[in-house]
Amino acid sequence: MGYCIEKTRFDEILGELAETYQIYAPRLDAQKRRVRFGKINSVSQIVTDRQSDFSAKEVYYPISQVMFYFRDDRVEISEAKDEKDFLIFARACDINSIRRLDRIFLENGGAQDLFYKRLRDKVKFVLLECPESFDECFCVSVGSNIAEDYSLAVRINDDDVKVELKDEDFEDYFDDEEECDYHAEFVTENKKTVRIPQISRDNLKTVSELEFWKQFDDKCLSCGGCNTVCGTCSCFDTVDVIYEEGSNDGERRRVWSGCMLEDFTLTAGGSRARKTPGANMRFKVFHKFYDFKDRFGEEHMCVGCGRCDIRCPKELSFFDTVCELHDLIEEGAE
Amino acid sequence: MEKNIMQPVPCRVDKIIRETEAEFTFRILYSGETKNGQFFQLSIPKVGEAPISISGKGEGYVEFTIRKVGKLTEGVFGLREGNQIYMRGPYGNSWPVELFENKDLIVVTSGTGMAPVRTTLKHFADHPEIRREVYLVGGFKDRHSTLFDEDRKYFDTCFHTVYPLSREKEKLPGYECGRVTLFLEQIPVESMTDYNIVITGAPAVIETTAKHFFERGVRPERIWVSLERKMSCAVGKCGHCKMNGTYVCLEGPVFNYTVACQLFD
Ligand SMILES: Cc1cc2nc3c(=O)[nH]c(=O)nc-3n(C[C@H](O)[C@H](O)[C@H](O)COP(=O)(O)OP(=O)(O)OC[C@H]3O[C@@H](n4cnc5c(N)ncnc54)[C@H](O)[C@@H]3O)c2cc1C
Ligand code: SF4
Ligand code: SF4
Ligand code: FES
Repeated sequence: MGYCIEKTRFDEILGELAETYQIYAPRLDAQKRRVRFGKINSVSQIVTDRQSDFSAKEVYYPISQVMFYFRDDRVEISEAKDEKDFLIFARACDINSIRRLDRIFLENGGAQDLFYKRLRDKVKFVLLECPESFDECFCVSVGSNIAEDYSLAVRINDDDVKVELKDEDFEDYFDDEEECDYHAEFVTENKKTVRIPQISRDNLKTVSELEFWKQFDDKCLSCGGCNTVCGTCSCFDTVDVIYEEGSNDGERRRVWSGCMLEDFTLTAGGSRARKTPGANMRFKVFHKFYDFKDRFGEEHMCVGCGRCDIRCPKELSFFDTVCELHDLIEEGAE
Repeated sequence: MEKNIMQPVPCRVDKIIRETEAEFTFRILYSGETKNGQFFQLSIPKVGEAPISISGKGEGYVEFTIRKVGKLTEGVFGLREGNQIYMRGPYGNSWPVELFENKDLIVVTSGTGMAPVRTTLKHFADHPEIRREVYLVGGFKDRHSTLFDEDRKYFDTCFHTVYPLSREKEKLPGYECGRVTLFLEQIPVESMTDYNIVITGAPAVIETTAKHFFERGVRPERIWVSLERKMSCAVGKCGHCKMNGTYVCLEGPVFNYTVACQLFD
């Protein structure tokens, strides 16, 4: 079912939805610098002309999350704060990202992570149709240009919003609206096409030893920015904090971490399993384009959103790295 | 309600045994099932959490032998008998103890590396009916860093034992001078028909010991190791222990060498 709705009316509907949902969309942050997923109450707040700097994951997998409160001798599980569900306006790549996080948090190791699950279960998506792809996108070549897991889809025009209704739960909101023939469309080409390296158990070691990786040792700052913006990066640290010196109360949190950070593998005594930025980059490329798929089947981890390339302060391109690795392996195979 | 896999539960510290200045064994009341070679996440609220191998077990308790190296481990050293410690687990796979039964067994350990195999050594010491020859080469740094003195006296009665001290110049009763690798030669592996080799401890010791046995014709299937990697969750979520496609917390920490030699960081 499709509807064509004037923007002012659409904002009214958002108001009605806000009674049940916390509505998130890519919008300018408080400093008006970065585009991040934040709460909105008007369609005009949604930034449509560029890729958001951060992915949607920070809504359902917050940067820092309290797991347990410690009060005197008791351990209490933290409560989820706002009871309302999330309605997130997101592009196809972001909608496809959540499936990757699900693999880790709900499947890996055979047990579910309840801190993730309790937020994730609240998530419903509104597909933000991409009129065309941005410069850094390569979703088509990783098959994440098309998303299916959404409740509503929208095309935001200058004056109106076209809405596709997929999830019956939302029917009531659109009862009185003018129907039209609208189905979300997906981009079918990007400016960039990723060449996925042929990595396998057989060449894993040889590929890991290529001189190629050394170039990152001097260039990469190990800032982890590329992990932060990635909707499919899921790693974290756990940290205990005490509220004040001498206090009996505190909490155990988990906070995002990332494989590109210098100390990601650091153990007591100072040794690191991976010692160089080059080794970190290799580890990341393998995860995104080899071993995640090898473990879970179906699809590669990377959804081709291009955010890591936009973010990197050293203008290192993950996309180029992956493509160049592909070519190197091809050449070697000849 | 579904179990929260990150939730630690309070347990009572029943007994603290001082092994060395920096290594204590903590006996903790616990009556769940555990397997030899598994580990727990031990924690102290507001301090931190860390993976520690089960080093001993008995009716209603488990033991952990902990080396003081950082935040959590220092915190644990501040505990007294009767205090609470928090635990979750047990995690990871285990030594294939049944496979070791009725075969010769060679165990080479360095330092605290003896902790994760101690329950297995005890098992074979207690059960002569399933035991063949057991060779234990247990290396320590010096006279002040030897672990499990009582147990080793017991092992001496039923195993072939040697305890090299790498930093001692002078031979002490019951010990030898030098690195563990110097004492591997005397293990008659060539004349053994069916056997397994367990190696634990510092990565360099694992590597040189394995190499020694390969040079004597031992096939990698016979070797078992326990790996240590940075861990935050121990349940396959945080990503820290991942070695490419392998999660050490889930698929390990025990690996057959045929698998371990393929793994890299
Ligand atoms: C499977 C396994 C079994 C282990 N068994 C024992 C044992 O029986 N006895 C013992 O003394 N030590 C053991 N260790 C090492 C022990 O986990 C570390 O010494 C401990 O994590 C240090 O924590 P900390 O807070 O004191 O140090 P910090 O340097 O403050 O470490 C901060 C955090 O980093 C992580 N970390 C740091 N070092 C390590 C490490 N070596 N391995 C894994 N995570 C680490 C932990 O999450 C730790 O809480 C084992 C490690 C693993 C992986
Ligand atoms: S690796 Fe880069 S392109 Fe791929 S999903 Fe993550 S941020 Fe997007
Ligand atoms: S964003 Fe760039 S500099 Fe920072 S860790 Fe990633 S690749 Fe390195
Ligand atoms: S320790 Fe967290 S994934 Fe293994």
